[in-house]
Amino acid sequence: MSVLAGRLTDTLATALDRFRGVGDQLILAAMWLFFLVFGTWAILTQTDAFAVGVVTGSVLALGAIGLTLIYGILKFAHFAHGDSMMLAGYIAFFALTGTVVGERTDTQPLPWSLSDLPGATDRIPWPGEGDFSFGYGLLLALPLAAAAMALIFVTLDRLVYRPLRRRGSGIVTFAIASLGIAIAMRSLMLIFWASSPRFYAPGIRPTTDLPFDVRIVTDQIFIFFVAIVVAALVYLLLFRTKLGKAMRAMADNSDLAQASGINTDQIVVWTWLIGGGLVAVAGVLLALQAQLKPELGFVLLVPLFAATILGGIGSPQGAFVGAMIVGISQEVFAAVGPDIGLSSGYKFSVAFIILILVLLLRPRGLFGAKT
Amino acid sequence: MSAVGFRGRLKWGRLITPLAFLAITTALIFMPLERSGWNLDSTVRFLAFFATFVAIFSIFSLGLNVQWGYTGIFNFGVMAFFLVGANTAAIITKPPASGEFVQYVGGFGDKLDFIPYLDSEQWLPFLIGAAGAAVACGILAFLLSIPALRLRQDYFAIATIGIAELLRRVTIEERGLVNGSRGLPGIPRPLGGLEIPTPWGRLGDNPDEYKFIILGIVVIVLIIVYIAVERGIRSPWGRVLRALREDELTTAASGKNVFAFKSQGFVLGAMIMGVGGAMYAFANSSISPDNFTHFFGTFIFWAMLIVGGSGNNKGAILGAYMVWGLWIITLQIQGYDIPTVLSSRIFFIRDFLLGSLIVIVLLLRPRGLLPEERRVSIWVERHTRRLRRSGPAEAEPAESPSD
Repeated sequence: MSVLAGRLTDTLATALDRFRGVGDQLILAAMWLFFLVFGTWAILTQTDAFAVGVVTGSVLALGAIGLTLIYGILKFAHFAHGDSMMLAGYIAFFALTGTVVGERTDTQPLPWSLSDLPGATDRIPWPGEGDFSFGYGLLLALPLAAAAMALIFVTLDRLVYRPLRRRGSGIVTFAIASLGIAIAMRSLMLIFWASSPRFYAPGIRPTTDLPFDVRIVTDQIFIFFVAIVVAALVYLLLFRTKLGKAMRAMADNSDLAQASGINTDQIVVWTWLIGGGLVAVAGVLLALQAQLKPELGFVLLVPLFAATILGGIGSPQGAFVGAMIVGISQEVFAAVGPDIGLSSGYKFSVAFIILILVLLLRPRGLFGAKT
Repeated sequence: MSAVGFRGRLKWGRLITPLAFLAITTALIFMPLERSGWNLDSTVRFLAFFATFVAIFSIFSLGLNVQWGYTGIFNFGVMAFFLVGANTAAIITKPPASGEFVQYVGGFGDKLDFIPYLDSEQWLPFLIGAAGAAVACGILAFLLSIPALRLRQDYFAIATIGIAELLRRVTIEERGLVNGSRGLPGIPRPLGGLEIPTPWGRLGDNPDEYKFIILGIVVIVLIIVYIAVERGIRSPWGRVLRALREDELTTAASGKNVFAFKSQGFVLGAMIMGVGGAMYAFANSSISPDNFTHFFGTFIFWAMLIVGGSGNNKGAILGAYMVWGLWIITLQIQGYDIPTVLSSRIFFIRDFLLGSLIVIVLLLRPRGLLPEERRVSIWVERHTRRLRRSGPAEAEPAESPSD
């Protein structure tokens, strides 16, 4: 039976290949058209969900940009990305509140933390109605978490990935190693901060009004703007500096890059540094948007990979667009789903459906280069 | 394989496997003995319970070995097959659902005793349940292979994570399917009420004795699976799978239908995992969505296979023994008088050690504790044996290449 199926799918694949030869641009155009129509419809009818989706998308975007850089330059699927985001969120939480779990599940505050600075937890005012839920302490904790995460990534590269690279291991060995690291990271979070959800600031988060009758949590404005600024900085770095040029050259063809005198070892270190910084910002913003919970890391992988592959591996602008599409689809589905008899618990499955469709129709994604 | 190499020099690398095995075994025997106050009976019962789960997880790692070790299919969604197998077996063998709080489809348990021989209700539903689990997983794998198996390895891995997460969501959200997040308790036990006459009296009615019956059932299933996989892999069919793993293009160039063989390997592995899931449901007698997490449902089987040695069936079983041994030892350590800081989070420490262990094994011993054997054909093996009998000097089989 499976031989028959093999024949059948061979024929199908040949037909698809032929179709692709003629209609590659057609598929791309159809995808863009679909996303534009869907986006317009969502803006007009589900404005609230669309706004939340943009915020979710911008958090995912920072994670996906880091993932696409690592995927493009180091050529392996970094399965520890979701858990790294969570770990970074916890590091910021630790810097901010100085809390670790004590003997059992009681919390054990350290003698000093960022929140002991004068006025560090006073809510930052927003010009309109409803303030931000956090003080300037979090703004200090964010770069600390970014530095820590960049350091962790570079250390892991030295200890684990570089020896594997030297040995010429296949992509699968890297993927399994990163899965092991993901599990180790998750257990570290559980050891130090237990499994109950954590928040940066106690209490309810104030909401505010935006034009067009949209009411969102004030923090989400902050999340959106930080994400846009960081993404713009990464864009400038990649496309306006010599380092960025070298990184893109290495993503394109690492042997050729090395032959043209680029120090590839150094580029690898830079990739991990930038990836770590992006992961940290994404993790902190995610915790601000939702919560800190160790289990969330692995669940995040599917949306992150969906965004990366939809945008095209190695393409940062693609990852940004892909993440926006995934984020908006998820939130719009969560709003519309219950009306058509599907629970909003399927939110993360939307990303999976997008992933499968992209892999089948156009594996190189919206912005991916021809292979 | 002797630990003494060329000119009698000691090879430390070869001692790692026996030493690790010895350490785990010693701890496994002495810790329960010491804790129960040198009570032999309860220690033996404990070890029987432990061995049952080692056998069940060995079935899984054998299934994963067929997929990854032999065919090179990068399945990161073992949990999907674990979940489908366990749930299928449960809803086939359980009696029909009753009441508002217990809802599930199926429930054929009391209709499945149509063979009037030796109280067939005690054994027939379980055979049908295990077979049903295998078939369900096989169908799932076949359907999945049609779109996904042509993808690149890493894409395939991500797709399988996605399908596992989707299936887990479905079991939780669709309450009528397998009772939602409450799970399925009270799965009937195979040969549960059957009393087996033995020279020492009737065996089986009391729960302590039942542990040995379920152990026997699971070990028999494991042996059948092991022999089937060994025969399959040492046949021409198995050699095509291994050729595929090494180089798809060359295999395709020699006229093999790559997709068909890969799909067969994937389906076979999935069916074995389905049987493993069924055995888990029977041995545990209750399942809930909490059993099927990415960590417990996928990662731990990968850890078993990588630690044991992928591409070697004995390694897959050894890996299951070692990893589950570590798991149980940490449970035992919790019972000792250790600081609360440690004992309250010993499970997380164990998870951390397992995560690190897989990385360390990949770095230091990438081929696992028992590396893949070189010979793959029963005919070649027979020939070597004959040669060895006639002339011992030149018949020593070639060492597997070290990397």
